[in-house]
Amino acid sequence: MSEVHSNWQLALQLALEAEVIPHNSTVVNNLARWTISADDWLRFATIAQQHHLRWVAGWAEQREDTFVVNACFASQTGYLWLQTELHIEKPQLPSQATIYPVASRSERHTQDMFGIHFVDRPDSRKWTRHCAWKKHDYPLRKDFPLQGMPEVITPANMDYQFVKARGAGVYEVPVGPIHAGIIEPGHFRFQAVGETILNLEERLAYVHKGIEKLAEGRTPEKLVRLAGRISGDSTVAHSWAACRAMEQAAGITIPERAAFIRGILCERERIANHLGDIGAICNDVGFAFAQMQFSRLREQWQRNSASVFGHRLLMDRLIPGGVKVDLSVADCTLLTQELKVLRKELDETIPALDLNSSLEDRLFTTGYLSPSTAATYGVVGYVARASGQDFDVRRDVSYAPYNQLNIKVAVEEQGDVASRVWVRIKEVFASIKLLSQMLTQLPEGELVTAWQKPKEYSEGLAMVEGWRGEIMTYVRFSSDDKISRFYARDPSHFGFLALEKIVLNNIVPDFPVCNKSVNPSYSGNDL
Amino acid sequence: MNVLFAIIQTLLFIALAPLLAGWVKWCKCHLQNRRAPSLLQPYRDLIKLTHKQPVVSKDASWLFIIAPYIIFSTTALAVSVVPLLAVDLPTASSADVIVLVGFLAFARFFLVLAGLDVGTAFGGMGSSREMTISAMAEPAMLMAVFTLTMTASTTNLSFAIDHVLQEGLVLRPSFIFSLSALMLVAVAETGRIPVDNPATHLELTMIHEAMILEYSGRHLALIEWASQLKLMLYGVLIANIFFPWGIAETLSLSVLGYGLLAIMGKLALLVVVLAISETLLAKMRLFRVQEFLSFAYLLGLLGMLSHIILEAAR
Repeated sequence: MSEVHSNWQLALQLALEAEVIPHNSTVVNNLARWTISADDWLRFATIAQQHHLRWVAGWAEQREDTFVVNACFASQTGYLWLQTELHIEKPQLPSQATIYPVASRSERHTQDMFGIHFVDRPDSRKWTRHCAWKKHDYPLRKDFPLQGMPEVITPANMDYQFVKARGAGVYEVPVGPIHAGIIEPGHFRFQAVGETILNLEERLAYVHKGIEKLAEGRTPEKLVRLAGRISGDSTVAHSWAACRAMEQAAGITIPERAAFIRGILCERERIANHLGDIGAICNDVGFAFAQMQFSRLREQWQRNSASVFGHRLLMDRLIPGGVKVDLSVADCTLLTQELKVLRKELDETIPALDLNSSLEDRLFTTGYLSPSTAATYGVVGYVARASGQDFDVRRDVSYAPYNQLNIKVAVEEQGDVASRVWVRIKEVFASIKLLSQMLTQLPEGELVTAWQKPKEYSEGLAMVEGWRGEIMTYVRFSSDDKISRFYARDPSHFGFLALEKIVLNNIVPDFPVCNKSVNPSYSGNDL
Repeated sequence: MNVLFAIIQTLLFIALAPLLAGWVKWCKCHLQNRRAPSLLQPYRDLIKLTHKQPVVSKDASWLFIIAPYIIFSTTALAVSVVPLLAVDLPTASSADVIVLVGFLAFARFFLVLAGLDVGTAFGGMGSSREMTISAMAEPAMLMAVFTLTMTASTTNLSFAIDHVLQEGLVLRPSFIFSLSALMLVAVAETGRIPVDNPATHLELTMIHEAMILEYSGRHLALIEWASQLKLMLYGVLIANIFFPWGIAETLSLSVLGYGLLAIMGKLALLVVVLAISETLLAKMRLFRVQEFLSFAYLLGLLGMLSHIILEAAR
């Protein structure tokens, strides 16, 4: 396996040497880590793009009197983690967003939170900070108090410069941040001619909870709890990513049984969310029957989660070093039985969707995301897989327990809403198979490896395939087993970007179904 | 006496409309394997709304406040023209089917203005969609009704129904076409699936609901009630024009009671058809609605042609 990994790394290495970019590099499994000088930051992005690397995440942190800026890229089979150091007096770095447009919001976030200036960035507007904090207060710097600034009501953000469209018959539809349904807040600004959407611009960060700052100084157990609350529907995936990053930093290997139970929890989360969403997508085109059926299936599924694992959404079932819940033999039989029931129900319900021509008429060709746009934006998860991007962390950069399982990745080529529904349906069936594999192969053994205090300032970077797609989590410890920096990049980052492209040339009333087929998490995106 | 009865019939119509809306919900819930709310729920909702304080945007003009009253009273006038229990009533003979369409258009005009009045993007969007749809629905409806009026040689609903009753059960191809046309128009005009979704919370997909998003309290109650009236009006039109048997031709108490039972039974059956189609169909893409309504118009036209070719020549 390492043979395959080393190929792209080797190619990149040669490219860097040809361009004379001095660097230090370390390679662990499929994660290569490179430290380069700030001057080469932009040149590296150019080379990365030439090698078709996907942009994964960008984040920064303060260490004493330097800022360390990170970017993560990925090939099909591995990750490349790039670091550079800036002096706190001169926090300037060339913008990679000129090469990777998808990095723009991340750079704006870093600018808002650290005051690091990205030179020549294509978009200099604020992103995460609306009108909070004084001009020179940067919340993620270490001198900013952990408990936050004295509470004042943040003034409304009135002067944000939205993109304008001009011309005869062009009109604007502002939607949100408060929506009619019980969903999270976010502002959408449509420019439309008649009913056709010319442009959609999103304004998010209304759910900024300060997760990154709240993580500072936490113990490992408390960090997992926090990570589990980044986005309620991805609680298992985010806790798992945080656990993996911390375990990597501390050099801990978790017991086999714990890995399998984590896998079971994560697949249960995937199935629950896909079931809910398939129904909701149908409801958004007025086909309420499907929503009722799928809501019922999801509810039953979550009740079983509650009775076997003690929580409907499986919150706080993971702890650093292992899991908190065990499965008895009786539980395994019950869960296997449940899989059979679900399969039978789906075999009856799915044809009802598949054979409904009026539903088909709404979902086919709606919300098209071309494979090339999907590749350019480096989208992940089912959105990518519905547009022909054959990537899944569980298979391609595998981790326990998935490296011991037979994983089938569902890929569709059409890139429309129907494709995204089909990928999700197939993923439900694939997860059912994975669950039955895990339940039969569940190894005996411990549930937890005792936590060992990690070395001073040790770091961890981990990826997990959550139900929305790849989650990347970075953790750095301080000297006393406490967290110094935590960053999680939810797949919604790409979901929101893709959504802006997906709706183009669709009609305004089709936006909700396009949105639901992607279903990005506001909370996960805003942190 | 007849005038008094005409008033009673109209009041009965207005009183029964929420019950019909409740029955629609009940049928749909059961078809979706859900537990249904009580049949009386629409009444409770209306009462609840009248107890709530109406909130009016500071940008709203007098038109916004007066519109619900105009919409409700015009729709009430429209239903007074339609024979519910009995034919040959003074209200019915004083106004014909073109006046009926006019009343509905008048109510719609004010609803659309009210949607535009507060200046929200959703209101404007809803109004524009509503006008697009009505521009195609009204000709289709007239075309369907004209077939009937040509058969009966009158545009008066009451006389037309009388005529159908006198003729007895005759299978007319023209009636089948115009019945189908009228049913399609009714679905569009009352904002049901697949044209509009009355149960949605998604502002961007709304048509009727988008126009009334800013309404609350008793204003909203009046508009909701008016749309329930409209639903029942179309139901009664379809039921009594094409299947008039059971309607009272004299004003005796037993005949009227029989008439009430007959129309309630007919409406209940029609709603079951509506509920089944709403359960089986997803909402159409907005631009498919014009194809849908063109089809309705075409059916109306075919109805008229088959009347001229097959029936009038005899």
